[in-house]
Amino acid sequence: MKKLINAPDQVVADALRGIQAAHGDRLRVSLDPYLLVRADAPVRGKVGLVSGGGSGHEPMHGGYVGRGMLDAACPGEVFTSPTPDQMLAATKAVDGGAGVVHIVKNYTGDVLNFEMAADLAGGEGIEVATVLTNDDVAVEDSLYTAGRRGVGVTVLVEKIAGAAAEAGRSLQEVAEIGRRVNAQGRSMGMALTPCVTPASGRPSFELAEDEVEIGIGIHGEPGRFREQAGPASQVAERLMTPILEDLPFRSGDRVLAFVNGMGGTPLLELYVVYAEVARIAAAHGLRIERNLIGNYITSLEMQGCSITLLKLDDELERYWDAPVDTPALRWGA
Amino acid sequence: MSVAIDQAGVRRWMDLFAQAMSEHRQELVALDTAIGDGDHGTNMDRGMRKAIEKLHADAPPDPGALLKAVAMTLISTVGGAAGPLYGTLFLHLGAGLTDRDAIDLAAYSAAWRRAVDAVQARGSARAGDKTMVDALLPAVDALERSESLEAGLAAAAEAAREGMLATIPLVARRGRASYLGERSAGHQDPGATSTYYLFESAAEALAS
Repeated sequence: MKKLINAPDQVVADALRGIQAAHGDRLRVSLDPYLLVRADAPVRGKVGLVSGGGSGHEPMHGGYVGRGMLDAACPGEVFTSPTPDQMLAATKAVDGGAGVVHIVKNYTGDVLNFEMAADLAGGEGIEVATVLTNDDVAVEDSLYTAGRRGVGVTVLVEKIAGAAAEAGRSLQEVAEIGRRVNAQGRSMGMALTPCVTPASGRPSFELAEDEVEIGIGIHGEPGRFREQAGPASQVAERLMTPILEDLPFRSGDRVLAFVNGMGGTPLLELYVVYAEVARIAAAHGLRIERNLIGNYITSLEMQGCSITLLKLDDELERYWDAPVDTPALRWGA
Repeated sequence: MSVAIDQAGVRRWMDLFAQAMSEHRQELVALDTAIGDGDHGTNMDRGMRKAIEKLHADAPPDPGALLKAVAMTLISTVGGAAGPLYGTLFLHLGAGLTDRDAIDLAAYSAAWRRAVDAVQARGSARAGDKTMVDALLPAVDALERSESLEAGLAAAAEAAREGMLATIPLVARRGRASYLGERSAGHQDPGATSTYYLFESAAEALAS
């Protein structure tokens, strides 16, 4: 498998060097341990926001470090959770005296490592509140699974909680707003092709030329089922129906609609999907007040998309609109 | 003659386990690709390499300190679920063996029991969830039932192997494989597999 890399075990470090070269004016980049910290951190009196996870989902999380969003991101190896010492270093680097929020996607590894980091930070006198994202309706939320995965809603939590922190809200308030975004958001994804990690060099699953995989995760995990590839309208229905039923979204709800590319999907196709999402939302009586379309939480070169709907209220909408100045998300700045 | 494990024996065990993680790296990657995210072999190999480097750099004074050094290295280099879980295992195993130059069966079994309890508390996995616990629990049970260290570790390795194979038909209830539901059945659990190699190398280290 061909890839634009120098060596499989150097890919994260090499990418961080690129981020340093491109955004060194606004981010501090550390290679040991891997860390991206907003240049003016810690901001005195502001709640710090730290997230992190395996690499391979770019621009998440490193691309969201900056004013109005994250204070620091901890990148792990490709699809591998970062480690507690990275998270502790990030937490200490961004603690402005008002406490630190950890935004954690619900995966066993991420949860275990962030738990250890929060214990260590507590031991050093830093108050940590954790916001867990688990918005993927493709996974049954039951005692018999690790619970729902954190996917698209994570980007929205980082933006909205980041704006709340920037506005001077307290640790508990920022955490509560983050949890509300997670509670009011639902996502589901699909793939046309698998992805290939640099280390394995092999596809994460096998998919026939005429098949699609519905309900995939963002680490090349296979989904809930596969079926004959159909038109975009059918794919949008497959994803939207469980999302709409799960919350449930009701006629008259104001929503943010987020159509996300998995890394290898042309924007042209994402807009085709968005047209279907808008059609289905309208038929359901939803009012799409805000939208986001593009590659924001990816799975290497996978072709496919995910859809996230977030039920908005005045506060969430105001924080969504607030200025943000990061490498990957920027407005009002 | 009663055999005991000493500092050199624990060190030999870690060398053999690191060697096993390197040799079986691709096998673990393949097992993890089938029902997880395909990084288990790479991560364990990287972590154990670093752990051995650490043991070369500063020689810990006793078996407990040695295992603690391995634990801290795995926690800070492996990531994923395996880092905290294997880190927790070695941390608690080491805590039960601190300040001992020679470890007998009773002390070893007791330390292993504490380590398994700690792993289960950290990962909240139970027997039959299709995780490393399915190899760990029967291995420690076998060790406790044994009359000698040599027989105990041989029995533990065999029990871990059976536990590992018994994960094949199971439906995963913890970890990333649980997302697959019924589709996780028919695949051997990669965590149970690396745990089997842990006991196999322990038995081998004592025999050599």
